Amino acid sequence: MNFALPMKHNRGKALVTHAVLMTYTLIALFPIFVVIINSFKTRKAIFNDPLALPTPETFSLVGFEEVLLRSEFGLFFSNSLIVSVVSIFFVLLFGAMIAWALTEYSFKGNMLIGILVAMGIMIPIRLGTVSILDLMSSLHLVNTLWALILVYIAQGLPLAVYILSEFIKQVPKELKEAARCDGVGEIKIFFTIIVPLIRPAMATVAVFTMIPIWNDLWFPLILAPSDGNQTITLGVQQFIGQYVTDWNSVLASLTLAIVPVLILYIIFSRQLIRGLTSGAVK
Amino acid sequence: MADVKLNNIKKSYGNVNILHGIDLDIKHGEFVVLVGASGCGKSTLLRLIAGLDEITEGELQIGSELVNDLPPAKRGVAMVFQSYALYPHMNVLKNMSYGLKIAGKDKAFIRKKVQQAAKTLHIDHLLERLPRELSGGQRQRVAIGRAIVRDPKVFLFDEPLSNLDAALRVQTRVEIGKLHQELGATIIYVTHDQTEAMTLGDKIVVMNQGRVEQCGTPLELYQHPITEFVAGFIGSPKMNFIAAKVQSIEADHLVLRLSNGAITKAFVDVTSCNLDDDVTLGIRPENLSEDSDLGERISASVSLVEQLGEASYLYLTLSDATEMVMRTSGESTTTIGETIDISFNAESAHVFNADGLALKRHRAGNTKSPAELARLKAIA
Ligand SMILES: Nc1ncnc2c1ncn2[C@@H]1O[C@H](COP(=O)(O)OP(=O)(O)O)[C@@H](O)[C@H]1O
Ligand SMILES: [Mg+2]
Repeated sequence: MNFALPMKHNRGKALVTHAVLMTYTLIALFPIFVVIINSFKTRKAIFNDPLALPTPETFSLVGFEEVLLRSEFGLFFSNSLIVSVVSIFFVLLFGAMIAWALTEYSFKGNMLIGILVAMGIMIPIRLGTVSILDLMSSLHLVNTLWALILVYIAQGLPLAVYILSEFIKQVPKELKEAARCDGVGEIKIFFTIIVPLIRPAMATVAVFTMIPIWNDLWFPLILAPSDGNQTITLGVQQFIGQYVTDWNSVLASLTLAIVPVLILYIIFSRQLIRGLTSGAVK
Repeated sequence: MADVKLNNIKKSYGNVNILHGIDLDIKHGEFVVLVGASGCGKSTLLRLIAGLDEITEGELQIGSELVNDLPPAKRGVAMVFQSYALYPHMNVLKNMSYGLKIAGKDKAFIRKKVQQAAKTLHIDHLLERLPRELSGGQRQRVAIGRAIVRDPKVFLFDEPLSNLDAALRVQTRVEIGKLHQELGATIIYVTHDQTEAMTLGDKIVVMNQGRVEQCGTPLELYQHPITEFVAGFIGSPKMNFIAAKVQSIEADHLVLRLSNGAITKAFVDVTSCNLDDDVTLGIRPENLSEDSDLGERISASVSLVEQLGEASYLYLTLSDATEMVMRTSGESTTTIGETIDISFNAESAHVFNADGLALKRHRAGNTKSPAELARLKAIA
């Protein structure tokens, strides 16, 4: 009888937790939901009742037609994809390497680099926009995707290093030592022992890194605003006019822009769940 | 030949000295066990030999080659870790073959090697499994297998059995002993379990606070501990220590007055003794008898009885509150609260001087190993 009490207590706690999380989820998902339903409606229906679901009378794909057939949506989309994927790749690669170096080896300047990385987390990169633009123009990188990629790598690295360091610290010392006894070189230890073991953490970092990059408007606007290099968030702006806004197209392109984020998230979230370290030691 | 020679090996972390000059001479094919209390530097010493930590001072030779500055893989040593340290994302086959693959051996050779080792260790049916799909004992075997396939000159084991349950520990201990016979390799084995030390070791090295306290065959340590520390460390239950004073000095023995007033003899080297010296009498629980038939007698009251079946342990208190343990027959009917007269042979007594150093025993028992005894009997 006595031990029923904590159970009840736990259940109440779980209920509260779930209620809070559900509320948060609803609030977070509501705007996305509104964007998606309205992208399938006629312009008139959007304005008449923005919260109504599309009905046979109000259903329309005019926004998607406009976006997919009469604009350079494909180009914007692939620009965004290239920038995001390349940035994530290098953030993960360099992030993990820096984290490994900082945690595994003690060398001169180790502390200093650690402090610089921590400062990178606290200071927003946008404060440096003017000098970044300066730098990019002297490197002749303005209006190229590389400008964006370089900035996003810099932007993503500090948090990546911070998170990955924590995980690398948890890899048992004996594993690396066993590898060293096996004659495995340091670089190979990193790629064949450490990286496979911190894959869940790298998935987390990938998600954290991708979202701000995919959604960013600031740097595309400043560093690569020319026609051929616009990312999706910037490309959408062409439908928003000073006098008329083509809401059908805006909503349709936003809906389409959600898809890759969703796909990447699904891929990575499967990694997040996987507990790879079990069975390593003991 | 892969002798291992340690010459005044020292290790410090920052300005904390962990090892204070270790000298050891390990012959090819010897099974050497390092024992000592937790934190005395056993693992540190093993890691220095493996090359996982830098030697602060001193020389390490393996097979007459100075290896201080060689990386682990080049020293011809293989280490088995207490936590097994299997690569969690590789199956057993890959775990065992990774070192060979790195060394650039060809596939057929690797397969043969791994299969052979797996067979010896009875894990050939597990090769496709991941470490997390194995039991503790199986993981331990894989860890040993990973060491074997590399044909090391020296095996290093760091408390390999401490994560196993009691039954498995005994079984694996026996198997490690057999493995040593089969491979004929040099093994350096760290443990804090003295049964492991006594049963496995050709030679036991007792360490205490970063120093080698004594080094010898198991029975040498048991019969002739040179310090009070070793005497207390080897043997279970622990040797009893009773404070005493030298009452008189005879040609081949001392007469001692124990702290509870009892007078006993001890057959030890008397040359360094003076009358009235403060000494410690050491007597093992198994050398005590419940009857008063063995010559040297002490009276004690029983404060606790542990019945193990084949034997019973009596926890005794002397009149001056000194605590003692004795091992007696499992059929003993002595109970708590009784006062009994216990006795021991003067030959079985150990005596330590005020500095904790042992006086050499004159009439100690056998110190020869089974192999030596067999050889001697064959000659005779
Ligand atoms: N990397 C290290 N830095 C500082 N001190 C250490 C380090 N490794 C071990 N020590 C210290 O060295 C001593 C011996 O440790 P160890 O060799 O692990 O003992 P054990 O005999 O139990 O295996 C301990 O006091 C431990 O705190
Ligand atoms: Mg240890």
